[in-house]
Amino acid sequence: MTAILATGGSLSWYLTRSTGAVALLLLSTAVVLGVVDVRRFSTPRWPRFVVDALHRNVSLLAMVFLCLHILTSVLDSFAPISLIDTVVPFAGSYRPFWLGLGAVAFDLLIAVTLTSLLRQRMGYASWRAIHWLTYASWPIALLHGFGTGSDVHGTWLLVLSVICLLAVLASVIVRVADGWPEHLGARAAALGGAGAFSLFLLIWMPSGPLGSEWARRSGTPSSLLHHSTASSTSASHGSGE
Amino acid sequence: MNKETLMIDPPVERTTTQAPGSLPRLLAGISPDGAMSIDQHLAVHGQAPVLARRRGRRSESPLIEQIERAGLRGHGGAGFPTATKLRAVAASRKRAVVVVNAAEGEPASLKDRTLMQTLPHLVLDGAQLAAQAVGADELIVCVCEIAQASVETSAHAISERRGMPLDSVRMHLTAVPGHYVAGQEAALVNHLNGGPAIPTFTPPMVFEQGVRRRPTLVANAETLAHVALIARHGPEWFRRLGTPSQPGSALVTLSGALAHPGVYEIEHGASLVSLIDAAGGMLANPRALLVGGYGGSWIGGEFLRGVALSDEHLASHGASLGAGVVLLLSADACPVAETARVARWMAGQSAGQCGPCVHGLDSIAGSVEEIAAGRVQGNAAQRVERLAALVRRRGACGHPDGTARFVTSALDAFAPEFADHARHGPCEGCARPGELPLPVHRRTANPTHEPVPFR
Amino acid sequence: MSQRVRVNPIACEAHGMCAELLPERISLDEWGYPIVDSEPLTPAVLDHARRAAQACPTFALLLERDRERERAS
Repeated sequence: MTAILATGGSLSWYLTRSTGAVALLLLSTAVVLGVVDVRRFSTPRWPRFVVDALHRNVSLLAMVFLCLHILTSVLDSFAPISLIDTVVPFAGSYRPFWLGLGAVAFDLLIAVTLTSLLRQRMGYASWRAIHWLTYASWPIALLHGFGTGSDVHGTWLLVLSVICLLAVLASVIVRVADGWPEHLGARAAALGGAGAFSLFLLIWMPSGPLGSEWARRSGTPSSLLHHSTASSTSASHGSGE
Repeated sequence: MNKETLMIDPPVERTTTQAPGSLPRLLAGISPDGAMSIDQHLAVHGQAPVLARRRGRRSESPLIEQIERAGLRGHGGAGFPTATKLRAVAASRKRAVVVVNAAEGEPASLKDRTLMQTLPHLVLDGAQLAAQAVGADELIVCVCEIAQASVETSAHAISERRGMPLDSVRMHLTAVPGHYVAGQEAALVNHLNGGPAIPTFTPPMVFEQGVRRRPTLVANAETLAHVALIARHGPEWFRRLGTPSQPGSALVTLSGALAHPGVYEIEHGASLVSLIDAAGGMLANPRALLVGGYGGSWIGGEFLRGVALSDEHLASHGASLGAGVVLLLSADACPVAETARVARWMAGQSAGQCGPCVHGLDSIAGSVEEIAAGRVQGNAAQRVERLAALVRRRGACGHPDGTARFVTSALDAFAPEFADHARHGPCEGCARPGELPLPVHRRTANPTHEPVPFR
Repeated sequence: MSQRVRVNPIACEAHGMCAELLPERISLDEWGYPIVDSEPLTPAVLDHARRAAQACPTFALLLERDRERERAS
């Protein structure tokens, strides 16, 4: 298995992209469930403790797929991503900025996961403050996906991303509306941030990842660019490179 | 009743020598001209004994044993045995802190600020003695910030004592907020630790971990005044007054339509009638008695002739002396309206931390208000009883329990009046200004509320 | 030595998971706050009690070993 991964066959690259997509889906679901949980949703068939446990378990599953995504990207020999690049952002040689965003999101999620696993040992207020970093990690992860992903032109990932975005936006609105208008400043900022991010995507995507030569503009090393255009196996890598 | 200008009027003639065993004890030598100076204090009471220091950690201070034999209980409202508290604090290996509690958030109680205003040295003597007994190295005197006069006299008294042989523990003064729960011991400690003056969850109890996580003795000002006298005259002397189960004397705040309302010293078990006589008699017929405070209980007018002021006797009426509030409601007042006013105020005084207290007291007040206004749906009295049972022991402090007690004892003592209001709505007495004093605080445990004088 | 369930009423925010997981000892009042039966926990419910305490989002539900405490307020 490692041999296949190490020789840079398309398997590991596919694994990286697919686990990344699943991680995005699971993280989005975790955000939605988190809001459902904090809003104390419950029915006789879905009691509070089930909603809460579902949120915790989906989040952990998301982390599992995230780790697989990261591991396969490091092991894959096509793109030069080292282990350090997974947690130290912006120092790599492959699309440094967009990959770095992934490292940032990963760092934030490590903090959230560790504090949640060690909840019993820390105060509730501190745990809660760190937990809010999930709202920051999600857009960063999405941008990372658009910026580094080679499937962006492919409809399936675009559609998946849009669905996740809409779900997370809806969750943010529901969350902010609860208890309105207390802490009005923070709530307005949250809505403003979500709106600005969505607007940014609308404007940037067509001329960015969905535009021409994004692979070159996003920082793919030139050696790999030549490789992908020259090689006859490039067709299996997808059309975005 | 204007708290700030109240005259203090002890029931017996002023004397500078202590007749053995009798009253006045705490109030001996008191003058209306202001606080007793250190010299006057020493002239009346003599020097406090400088007790043998605790030798090592194993040996207990002799004072604690004296307090135990005297049977002294706390005068802050809870009536906890003082010796037990002292022992609990002394048992710790860490250096302790002693807090003098004159916060007195109970609106109808004036005794603690009176002590600090007129007899600060008696309280400070007791505080120093207690500090030595528990091995404390710090003493904090907490006075209600609203009672400006007592803040000044306390500060002056502390400075007068500089260099006194008795004072081996450094002490300083802090003015604390005046809302109802601020005087609760965990709330006071919370405030001294830099937090808001609202209760915290226990355990740990303050005697284990209090001010700066050190074992803390929070003692009512009056209790410490008694300690100062027991140290001088001994436990047998203390027991010469009072009852076997509740020995000694106590300060009570007597209010109502009396010739001379005010702070009086009684021996435990004294009859209500004798206290009223000492206060110059009634100006208007009393309808009922509220004893303990707004967390205490009502006793109907028909029983007043036979009431004796001791916990043992009051227990037969479902009451206790508490913080020494003895309030006589006049016949002209409307007990239903008064209960509604105070219940609503008590609901507002909730620290707002515990769901059952916040919601429960609000609902209780609402139901009583409904009865008072005659806007009742269903059996409101029953609803109140159910709510009262629902809030008991479900808060972090005794505030909901006290309010529940106040309201249910009112329903009991004034059953005909409550039934009448439920059917017919407000009565003539409802329109009269309230007799039960309530301070004009805009909010409850808001740390930024500014002190406002009573009306 | 017996254990009992106890609520920290200050930390409690009426999420209600404790009542779902330990209905033998906890019911909710009309405002959603727990009413706790502080009888000693039997072996049958001890595991459920532990799970309920772990599930509480604000750590308001506590398992306490038996120790007589005076409420000195």
